[in-house]
Amino acid sequence: MFGLDSKDTKLLIVVALLVILAPFILNPFPTDSALAQFNAGYPDLMQRFVIFGIFAIGFNILFGLTGYLSFGHAAFLGVGSYAAVWMFKLLSYNVIPAIALSVIVAALFSVLIGYISLRRSGIYFSILTLAFAQMSFALAYSVLSNPKFNLTNGETGLQVYPGDPQVLHHEGLPDVPHLFGIAMRDNFWEPVFGGWSFTFNNGYYLCAVLLIAVFYLSIRIFRSPFGMMLRAVKSNQQRMNYTGLNARPYTLAAFVISGMYAGLAGGLLAAMDPLAGAERMQWTASGEVVLMTILGGAGTLIGPVLGAGFIKYFENIFSKINDNVLHQWFSFMPDGMEDFMVFVLHPFIGKGWHLTLGLLFMLVVIFLPGGLVEGGQRIAALFRGGRKKRGGAEDGEHHPKPSPHVAE
Amino acid sequence: MDAFLLQILNGLDKGSAYALIALGLTLIFGTLGVVNFAHGALFMIGAFCAVTVQRILSLSYLTEDPTQKDFLGRPLQVATPYVESWFGTDIGSAIISWSVPLAILFTIPIMLAFGYAMERGLIKYFYKRPHADQILVTFGLAIVLQEIIKLFFGANPIQTPEPDALRGSLDIGILLGLDANAIIYPIWRLVYFFFSVAIIGGIFAFLQFTTFGMVVRAGMADRETVGLLGINIDRRFTIMFGIAAAVAGLAGVMYAPINSPNYHMGMDFLVLSFVVVVVGGMGSLPGAVLAGFLLGILESFASTTWATTTIPGINQIVIYLVAIIILLTRPRGLMGRKGVMED
Repeated sequence: MFGLDSKDTKLLIVVALLVILAPFILNPFPTDSALAQFNAGYPDLMQRFVIFGIFAIGFNILFGLTGYLSFGHAAFLGVGSYAAVWMFKLLSYNVIPAIALSVIVAALFSVLIGYISLRRSGIYFSILTLAFAQMSFALAYSVLSNPKFNLTNGETGLQVYPGDPQVLHHEGLPDVPHLFGIAMRDNFWEPVFGGWSFTFNNGYYLCAVLLIAVFYLSIRIFRSPFGMMLRAVKSNQQRMNYTGLNARPYTLAAFVISGMYAGLAGGLLAAMDPLAGAERMQWTASGEVVLMTILGGAGTLIGPVLGAGFIKYFENIFSKINDNVLHQWFSFMPDGMEDFMVFVLHPFIGKGWHLTLGLLFMLVVIFLPGGLVEGGQRIAALFRGGRKKRGGAEDGEHHPKPSPHVAE
Repeated sequence: MDAFLLQILNGLDKGSAYALIALGLTLIFGTLGVVNFAHGALFMIGAFCAVTVQRILSLSYLTEDPTQKDFLGRPLQVATPYVESWFGTDIGSAIISWSVPLAILFTIPIMLAFGYAMERGLIKYFYKRPHADQILVTFGLAIVLQEIIKLFFGANPIQTPEPDALRGSLDIGILLGLDANAIIYPIWRLVYFFFSVAIIGGIFAFLQFTTFGMVVRAGMADRETVGLLGINIDRRFTIMFGIAAAVAGLAGVMYAPINSPNYHMGMDFLVLSFVVVVVGGMGSLPGAVLAGFLLGILESFASTTWATTTIPGINQIVIYLVAIIILLTRPRGLMGRKGVMED
């Protein structure tokens, strides 16, 4: 279907179903139950899952296929957000021109940055992209927000004010981002079944449709001759050069495509909440998308989406848990034991989420370079191997294959 | 002329910090071939060593002073640091006042041990892995270290004053025969500059004039051959990692009075230090030092009112701009050699 083989079609259908039914799937617990805090089916969080999923899919096209580790991808996300908010300010709250412009502006930016950064590879490339991202952050945060020329509105963040032109805005259109009158923040269906309640949000479904589209696109890229060429760059760029192929147009194309994905994600972020701040471009934000991709499994199709969902979900859950919640969980234990467990876990919850994330990330890089996808495959192999013969099949895992020589 | 000199001086303290961190990065990169994203965290840990020592030295006990009353009319509680009761008031308060320089003694062994443990416990397993994995695991480590520090010391900057004797500023203009008040410069920044020059000189002398240093240099040039000669080069490189960590730590300790330590100061410096390393030339020690000072001074020139009114915000981006221009025109950096980290 759609030019995919049956395996990829199945993957696409599974992802599409998961995304479309997410409001049901992510709300497995009744609203009144104690477990309701683990529900993730509210629009704000689901939008973030999908948007960062798009961001990570795009990053994976660059890092997963070519092995070029960009530490500055958040710059494109930020640029996309700014472009979208400017569209809201100048034209109207319609999200179509905003998202279109954010993709275009991000593409232009990534052509510029990619053209320069891709002259070097390996660490140089990482550092160059990092430098560019930090420069964009500095530009957005302070340089471009002076009274004479205010493009980014500095620390406050760019937002729409009542005095803005909004030339296409007219009576009857909602005063929030909308798609031809359908407000992004509204819910179109809020069914209640017994104890369960679900929310179906307009904005989420816009993001979901786009996610499915760009996921399909990424499958096509992965399976195309172009994707093959990018893998060749990853496995041995030198050899590719010796065969007379110039790798740079391919890597630049991959860079621009992933920049456009990031721009799309940025535009969607602004479309869900019409505000763009410089902190979206900071290098910790770039680090986050790297974390998502690696955690899920770089170079795999589904990995980045899983990683994005995983990080955003646990970020949300961990930040909600506090000592009281922990005391409830461990209340079955003797008192001293309970206090001890809470004491031990305290640094990792609430504000300590980043510590957990850092540790988790290190563990994944050290023991599971293929991320969650590889973990799933190993478990599956363990079950299969367990049925046939025990032990023997495991051995290959203890001596990891030499990992491909990423361009350096 | 004075203004020119003043800007150069202003750039020196930041430049010294860049140079020290970049030197450590280059030492690690040149010996072990590892890109250490956690180096900024080592700098930050150094700064927090100063905070810790200051806190330990000013640990005090409370006594009631019957002659004074607090606002509720009760006897005033007076905190007396233990060091003051042990060594007498004068020596005790002097020790507290000099806690930042004293922290150096505490930092060196800590950072050496930390660097050694880090190399043996983590980095060792990443030599055969791609550079991307090395970047990622050290990045993760940096996050973890940063969050641990945040856990113990909180998120706010902690004031760590310099010794009283070195507080205030010095009129350098008079020393140089210029007008009075032409160039006034904080003493501690001058101290920081000379301190970093001493450390840089020490590292270069160590590499140049000792047998250990000679072997390390040989190993940097050709690790395999040195290994074949029956020298345990890995052990020496591990020690160099410890030394590089100690250099970063020392840079952090002495920087604490200039910039109150907070948990993300390392990350802020790290990005710039990478730029410094790249501009200087990957794997080149003199290049790292030179680029550190040059970029520090450049930044200070870009921060002058003249520069910021001509091009608003130039001080924020000048370093990155220069780095981009240098990488495009001289891809190996200022002093990079052929064959080091080529494609």
